[in-house]
Amino acid sequence: MESPVRLRGLEYAFGEGALRRPVLRDLTLSVEPGEVVLLTGPSGSGKTTLLTLIGALRAMQQGSCMVLGKELMGATEAERVGLRRRIGFIFQHHNLLGFLTARQNVAMALELDTDSTEQDRLDRASAMLEAVGLTDYADTVPGKLSGGQRQRVAVARALVAHPGLILADEPTAALDRQTGQDVVRLMRDLAKRNGMPILLVTHDPRILDIADRVVAMEDGRIAETVV
Amino acid sequence: MTAVATALLPARLAWRQLRAEKTRLASAIAGVMFACVLVFMQLGFRSALFDSASALPRAMHGELFLLHPLTTALFRPEPLPRVRAFQTLGLPEVTNAVPIYLAQGSWRHPLTGVRRAIQLVGFDMEAGAVNFPGLTPLIDALKRPDTVAFDSRSRPEFGPVPALLAERGSIQVEIANRTVEIVGIVELGASFGADGNVVLSEVNFRRLIKERKASNTDLVALRLRPDADPASVKAQLTALLPADVVVLTHAELVQWERHYWETATPIGFIFAFGSLMGLIVGMVIVYQILFADIATHLPEYATLKAMGYSGGYLNRMVLASAAILALLGFVPGMLASSGLYDLVAKATLLPLRMDASRGLLVFGLIFGMCSLAGLLAMRKLRDADPADMF
Ligand SMILES: Nc1ncnc2c1ncn2[C@@H]1O[C@H](COP(=O)(O)OP(=O)(O)OP(=O)(O)O)[C@@H](O)[C@H]1O
Ligand SMILES: [Mg+2]
Repeated sequence: MESPVRLRGLEYAFGEGALRRPVLRDLTLSVEPGEVVLLTGPSGSGKTTLLTLIGALRAMQQGSCMVLGKELMGATEAERVGLRRRIGFIFQHHNLLGFLTARQNVAMALELDTDSTEQDRLDRASAMLEAVGLTDYADTVPGKLSGGQRQRVAVARALVAHPGLILADEPTAALDRQTGQDVVRLMRDLAKRNGMPILLVTHDPRILDIADRVVAMEDGRIAETVV
Repeated sequence: MTAVATALLPARLAWRQLRAEKTRLASAIAGVMFACVLVFMQLGFRSALFDSASALPRAMHGELFLLHPLTTALFRPEPLPRVRAFQTLGLPEVTNAVPIYLAQGSWRHPLTGVRRAIQLVGFDMEAGAVNFPGLTPLIDALKRPDTVAFDSRSRPEFGPVPALLAERGSIQVEIANRTVEIVGIVELGASFGADGNVVLSEVNFRRLIKERKASNTDLVALRLRPDADPASVKAQLTALLPADVVVLTHAELVQWERHYWETATPIGFIFAFGSLMGLIVGMVIVYQILFADIATHLPEYATLKAMGYSGGYLNRMVLASAAILALLGFVPGMLASSGLYDLVAKATLLPLRMDASRGLLVFGLIFGMCSLAGLLAMRKLRDADPADMF
C-alpha cells in the first residue's frame, strides 16, 4: 500500500530577494498507512509550515510532496481545495462556527459531498459525536461547551468524513494537561480503529507515548527519528 | 441530493449566521427598509408630479392642439395669436377650433381672507373641448356673468369650498379682486405648478384677467372630422401656419407638459438623486454589516477553506446573506411605503399609489444595492487564509 504522505527534497522559503529566508531545507519524510507520527522541535523550526504544505493550505515551491496519491508540486488552487476535502484538520483553537450546534458543525465536514442527504449527514454527525462522548451535547452551540468539549467536537468534525489523513498542530495547547491528554488519546484511538494516519505537531512531552514514531525537526531539517 | 438543495446550502448557512446575531440582523433589515422607503417615496413623488402636472392637458378633448413654441408648461403659457385658431378652419378636416385661456389669479380664502394664486382655465363652454368630471351639468350656470366652477381636488389652503357649497348652495369668493360666484364643483387635481384650479367661461375669464389682449390665447384645441387622419392634418397645418405655433397631437401635448417637469426643471433630477442617496446609504449599511460579519469570523471562514470549501462557495454564502437582507428589508419597506403613500396622498392630494411595476423596480434596485454591498464585502474573504490557521 502506498504511503499517504511522501516528501522528497522539499524546500520552502518565506520572503523574496534579500529578505528571502529558507524555512524548510531538503526535507524528506514519509507517513505510512495507519501510522501515528508526532513532529517535535524548537519554535521556528518549520513544523507548522511543513504541516500547511502537506495539508495543501499553501502552494509548494520546490521538491516533491505526494499526499494521498496526489503530487502537490505545481498543483492548481482547485486541485488543492479538492485534496483538502480528504484531509481532517485539527487546529490549536477549535474554530467551530459559533452559530451552529455541535451536530451542525460536525455535519459541515460532510456538506461538500453532494451525494449525501441531509438526514444521512446528521445521522453520521450524531454517530461521530457519540464516539467522542458528546451525545448529550449534540444540539448545544460551542459557546455553551467547555474547552475540552469544543476540541472533541473539532476532532469529530475532522474525522467524520473518514479522511485519508489527519493533520493536527498543537491540538492540546489551549487545554489543561489532563483534558489535552484525553482529547489526543481519544483522537488516536478513533483514528487507529479506522486505519487513518495522523501527523501531529506537539511540544507536550507527556503525549509522546501515543506515537508510533516521533520525528524531531531542527532548523528546517529532520534532526532525528525515534521509533 | 438534488442540485437545488445543494445550491441552497450556502444560503442556509448564510441564514443561520444572520439569525444568530439578532441585533445585527435587525439593524441590517432597518437599513434596507430605510433605503426601500426612501426610494419608494422619491419615485412615488416623481411619478405623482409628472402625472398631476399633466392632468390639465390630459383632461382636454381634441385631436390636435396649437401651442406657442416658447410655452414651457401650461401654468406659464406664452400667448399665441388667436387668429391662428380661425386659420385652421380653412382645412375642411378641422370642424372646430377652441381657444383656451390660462392664467393664474389671486384667490381670497372665503373664511380667513388669505390670498393664494389659483390656476384659471377659461374656454367656450359650448365647444366641448375640455371635459373635466362634473363639468357638463354646470355649463348653463357657468354662462352667467362672474361665475366659476371650483376644482374640489385643489389644496385645502383655498378653503372648505365643497363643504360651504353643500351647506349654502352657492358661495361668493374674490378672485383677482373681483367677486365671483362658485356654482359647482369639478375634479381636476392640484399639481406642482398649480395648487388649485377654477374653470370658467371665456367671457368671465376676460372679466377677471383684464390685462390680457383679446387677440391672444394660450392654447387651441382642434376637433377634426371623424374620418380625418390627425397625423396628415397635423402635417398640413404645420406647413400652413407660421412658426409662432406648434401643432401637437393629444399625446404629444401631454408629453410636452411632462417633458418640462422631467427635464427643464431640476425636479426629476432631485428625485433621482434622492433615490440614489437612499440606495447609497442602504448599501453602506449592508456593506458594513456584511463586512463586520466576515471580519469578526475570519478564523471560521479560514477553517471552512481548510476543510475544502472553495472560495466560490463562501462568496455565494456572502451573496446569499445580501439577498436575504434585501428580501427581509424590502417586504416591510414596501408595506410601510404603501401606508406612507396613503398618508401623503391625503395630505398633498397628489396621486400617490403603490403599483406592481414600481414595486418590481424598487425590488430590483434594492436587490442590486444589496448585491453590490455583498460583492464589496466579499473581498474581505481573501483575508481568510487557511495557511495562517495553524
Ligand atoms: N507567513 C510567514 N511569513 C514569514 N515568515 C514566516 C511565516 N510563517 C512562519 N514564518 C517563519 O518561518 C519559520 C518557521 O515557522 P513555523 O511556524 O513553521 O515554526 P514552528 O516550528 O511551527 O514553530 P512553533 O513551534 O513556534 O509553532 C519561523 O522563523 C517563522 O518566523
Ligand atoms: Mg507552529
